[in-house]
Amino acid sequence: MHTVRYEAPGTIAGALDIMASAPGAMVLAGGTDLLVQYQSGLKRPAVFLDVKRIPEMMAIVVDADGATIGAAAPAAVICADRTLQAWYPGLVEGVHLIGSTQIQGRGSIGGNLCNGSPAADSVCALIADRAVARIAGPTGTREVPVEAFMRGPGRTALAPGELLVAVRLPKPAPHTADAYQRLIPRSEMDIAVASCGVSLTFDATGTCTAARVAIGAVAPTPLLVLDAAAALVGTTVDPEALDRAAAAASAAAHPIDDRRGTAAYRRTVVGVLTKRVAALAAARAKER
Amino acid sequence: MSRLHIETTVNGEPAEFLCAADETLLSGLRNGLGLTGTKEGCGTGDCGACSVIMNDRLVASCLVLAAEAQGQSVTTIEGIASGTTLHPLQQAFLEEAALQCGICTPGFIVAAKALLDVNPEPTEEQVRYWLAGNLCRCTGYDKIVRAVLEAAGEMRSATV
Ligand SMILES: Cc1cc2nc3c(=O)[nH]c(=O)nc-3n(C[C@H](O)[C@H](O)[C@H](O)COP(=O)(O)OP(=O)(O)OC[C@H]3O[C@@H](n4cnc5c(N)ncnc54)[C@H](O)[C@@H]3O)c2cc1C
Ligand code: FES
Ligand code: FES
Repeated sequence: MHTVRYEAPGTIAGALDIMASAPGAMVLAGGTDLLVQYQSGLKRPAVFLDVKRIPEMMAIVVDADGATIGAAAPAAVICADRTLQAWYPGLVEGVHLIGSTQIQGRGSIGGNLCNGSPAADSVCALIADRAVARIAGPTGTREVPVEAFMRGPGRTALAPGELLVAVRLPKPAPHTADAYQRLIPRSEMDIAVASCGVSLTFDATGTCTAARVAIGAVAPTPLLVLDAAAALVGTTVDPEALDRAAAAASAAAHPIDDRRGTAAYRRTVVGVLTKRVAALAAARAKER
Repeated sequence: MSRLHIETTVNGEPAEFLCAADETLLSGLRNGLGLTGTKEGCGTGDCGACSVIMNDRLVASCLVLAAEAQGQSVTTIEGIASGTTLHPLQQAFLEEAALQCGICTPGFIVAAKALLDVNPEPTEEQVRYWLAGNLCRCTGYDKIVRAVLEAAGEMRSATV
């Protein structure tokens, strides 16, 4: 018979010790992916390693240079944070789309990242916002940009025994804003057919000086699309620039056919979303 | 397998029960504590029938381990009424006929209570979005939404 233990250490070191001594341990954050996969037999942890008693992993810390969001902080807490709402409205939009109110009460950014879904709703905005994953492991800590953290469906940059502790976001520069949107077949409670997160920075004359465009659900991982960003930098984000960015996003996508949509449909939709989301980020940035 | 001894607070009262490491809070409440008001619809976080409030946040108890309740505070449907006086939400569900078979009702009432705790004056749209994770196969939702708005109005007029 399969026996599983439950452990809830109070420190990162305690969690790493358990991971080292029990290689089959699996981190339990909100459990909204893990417990579903456990019930269906897809995952067989030796230990449910509950990390919610570790203060750093639950905390949201804002300082002069940016924000650190604990990997296990629930979506509901992230979405209610005034600084995060003001600095990263697009990230808050993405996190707010993760499931229902009940799922929001538990689901975390760490779980959204580590579950490794190409459609995970927090990830495109994290990439657009230049977020870095802070990882602790047996040999110390390291940082990985979120665009390099995702390695494929269900796969991440975490080595065995490593723990995602937090994501760190730089404070947005003046006249900078982000946005995120996804397309789903209904108005709530579904998985993205395609998604896009954008962050844009403007100078005082209204010219775009920096851009980050990330697309989701159209490749094995969310993608940072440098060509789409290059189409926007140096412009006022006018309709022609938006068309070029959209074409670049569609070209970068390499989606699959599934029951949510065909590859061709996804490729078109991700271009449309890129246009809309970039226009929204531009409008927000110009208000700042 | 050795069972875990969990000490927690349920509906404001200390409570303790034994559970397996992989047992859900839903099972701990129903089988460990005999609180069968919380229902299981799907077991996968999709239907909201198992909704409870844990430390001021609405959660699906089918996606919480019972062991996680150690030292925490949980509110279930059994803790919504005051003694034999129904909560305004429960009263409004009766008056508006917001239930038929009733399996979804405890989840809707607990979820609606969590909404009114943070937003005493929700719009219809806010009620519909908040309750998007609660499924009802019978009523068509309109009467449920009306009952929640009705109860919210009732509670506001009671506090002025
Ligand atoms: C009904 C329902 C609707 C949903 N809707 C959406 C949606 O619209 N959009 C969306 O993106 N997702 C959705 N999800 C999926 C899920 O809610 C999210 O992916 C959520 O962010 C997962 O977070 P969690 O804390 O619950 O993760 P958990 O389930 O606790 O963990 C997920 C995985 O990551 C690992 N893990 C978690 N934290 C860490 C860490 N710090 N270090 C190392 N490994 C870790 C776990 O071991 C597990 O394998 C939905 C789920 C349900 C049940
Ligand atoms: S039984 Fe928990 S959400 Fe359906
Ligand atoms: S009353 Fe039957 S499911 Fe809602």
